[in-house]
Amino acid sequence: MSKTTEQVRKSLAKRYRAERRFKAFGVGAIGFGLLALVLLFTDIIGKGHSAFFETYVKMEVTFDQDTLDISDVRDEEQLNFANYDGVIRNALREEFPSASGRQEKRELYSLISTGAGYELRDLLKDDPSLMGKSITLWLLADDDVDVYVKSAQDDRLESRLSDNQKSWIESLEAQDRVELQWNQSLFTHGDSREPELAGIWGAVTGSFFTMLVTLILSFPIGVAAAIYLEEFAPKNKFTDFIEVNINNLAAVPSIIFGLLGLAVIIGLFGLPRSVPVVGGIVLTLMTLPTIIISSRAAIKAVPPSIREAAMGLGASKMQVVLHHVLPLALPGMLTGAIIGMAQALGETAPLLMIGMVAFIVDVPGGPLDPSTVLPVQIYLWADSPEQSFVALTSAAIMVLLSFLIAMNTLAVFLRKRLERRW
Amino acid sequence: MDTAEKFDDKAPGNMKLADQIEGEQAMDETIRYPDQTVGTPYVDNPKMRMRDVEVFYGEKQAIHGVSLDIGKNEVVALIGPSGCGKSTFLRCLNRMNDTIDICQVKGNLHLEDQDLYDPKLDVVELRARVGMVFQKPNPFPKSIYDNVAYGPRIHGLANKKYDLDEIVETSLQKAGLWNEVKDRLHSPGTGLSGGQQQRLCIARTIAVSPEVVLMDEPCSALDPIATAKIEELIAELSESYTIAIVTHSMQQAARVSNRTAYFHLGRLVEMNDTDTVFTKPEHDLTEAYITGRFG
Repeated sequence: MSKTTEQVRKSLAKRYRAERRFKAFGVGAIGFGLLALVLLFTDIIGKGHSAFFETYVKMEVTFDQDTLDISDVRDEEQLNFANYDGVIRNALREEFPSASGRQEKRELYSLISTGAGYELRDLLKDDPSLMGKSITLWLLADDDVDVYVKSAQDDRLESRLSDNQKSWIESLEAQDRVELQWNQSLFTHGDSREPELAGIWGAVTGSFFTMLVTLILSFPIGVAAAIYLEEFAPKNKFTDFIEVNINNLAAVPSIIFGLLGLAVIIGLFGLPRSVPVVGGIVLTLMTLPTIIISSRAAIKAVPPSIREAAMGLGASKMQVVLHHVLPLALPGMLTGAIIGMAQALGETAPLLMIGMVAFIVDVPGGPLDPSTVLPVQIYLWADSPEQSFVALTSAAIMVLLSFLIAMNTLAVFLRKRLERRW
Repeated sequence: MDTAEKFDDKAPGNMKLADQIEGEQAMDETIRYPDQTVGTPYVDNPKMRMRDVEVFYGEKQAIHGVSLDIGKNEVVALIGPSGCGKSTFLRCLNRMNDTIDICQVKGNLHLEDQDLYDPKLDVVELRARVGMVFQKPNPFPKSIYDNVAYGPRIHGLANKKYDLDEIVETSLQKAGLWNEVKDRLHSPGTGLSGGQQQRLCIARTIAVSPEVVLMDEPCSALDPIATAKIEELIAELSESYTIAIVTHSMQQAARVSNRTAYFHLGRLVEMNDTDTVFTKPEHDLTEAYITGRFG
């Protein structure tokens, strides 16, 4: 064996060891990442899954005309303001006649959600002939009851409910009159002080309008800026300066953009607070650097041979860009835009500054209605004392995460779909 | 990343080669440089007339006072060692060097009576008259039909679909590609083989009916069979077009061209009839190159 071969063999073993070591580090890093992800998801799903179902209690309710205080069943006004809570209270008193005294009665009445009356109103509106009749209904339970019903036997001891309430619920449970049903209000309602009535629909529409404004503003501006900088701008000190500052902008903490929005857009231009338009403008400022940087990378990746070919045929600069560079760079630009939008969707801090953190019950009807957004809703609920909001917070996180995953999947799909080979 | 590098290779790459040449120059000191191009660089009634062309990349001078004519329907081959400036010179002829910021062109360049570097001249118009085929086949990532139809479309050469179809068909026929692709005109041009792609690029170039076709090493990325086809094609095309071709293959220059120009270190050393250049070169540098002593 020659000396060289010997040396090579020795160093080979060393090289292979280095390679194996590197591989092990890589696997370790990915494993750690996956573990963190799994922990996050199990925690969120474990806490949040129960929020998708709510406790309902079966009751026999009598639409008593006197209690309701309705003289004419066709009068919309009277139907809207009738005393449905009274009817429910009657039903509860009938069910548990043992409750006596103000304190016990209040405890009894608080078993059913304050929102249950709306259900009765809707029933009566749909079918006025129910007046005076008794029907059996599933009524939405209060959030404390909900927590009690959902918790395991051991945890029930720690419940906030009084002993009386516990015994009432247990007697109802014994009669199979307590049931978990799909939480419709979570996906149809805006925010509420009552956890059993609170929903994310208001925040979802708010997020939608905010994202819409962000997309409409940031994508065209970002792409136009990228094309100008890559294709038309002269290479000089000034464009270098602009480039450095775009990169700087990407690193500015997002809350600064919120302060800017508050001072300039709301303060100077007088746009209203808490509206998706202002949120969208602020998030546009935040998203622009991401879109510009990724669009420029996409333009740079277009093979120069394609540019030369088009120019050699006599295409003008604009034609080269519109006919060749842009179509080839578009998948990359879209990917960048979607990733930027996903970032914006999860952004909270700047929106706090412009007042999108307000307690808003109504679902916004347009980008000029006061609203909040999903991450801010999560922040608000995480801050609320009621125990049910813990599960709601996690449920809202799950919804937000599924939107983000959907957007990132779309980005991957678009890239695969539009990517052309040359 | 890869493509960004490619984009830059025209400018700094050439400068690197220029450094290399300075080293070579010392080696060749035994052979004296001509003060003037030897041979017959000028013809009567030329299609293109270039006088005292100088090209600078920033501070570096890539071409020193080159003067030559390209006659009508003539095939002129530009040969010379790597980095001698032949590609740079070719790219001056349809102002492709404009895209390189640091590149500066001086001298008189005329296409018939048109000054190529007249500031009033629209470069788009010039490139419609002087087409170019590149070293690497570069079809657009579109269908074969759209590749050929692109030029006529942007110049508005065909108003009706029928006219456009005809242009596409005749161009592909002239490029000798029609029979191979007529059944799949709407499949992507990038799906063709390398040689077919290059012929597609030639079809695309002649679809705008240019007067001059510039070819920058059109066969360097092709196998011998595809090369032979392109060479045949060049001979056919010379009947209707004026062609200037840069090539590294001396055999190719000998086969396809009427006249050959030998470039060395940014200077035009000799230009003569192709036969003369390859059989009795007038200058020692030319002889050294064609006999393979360097390059």
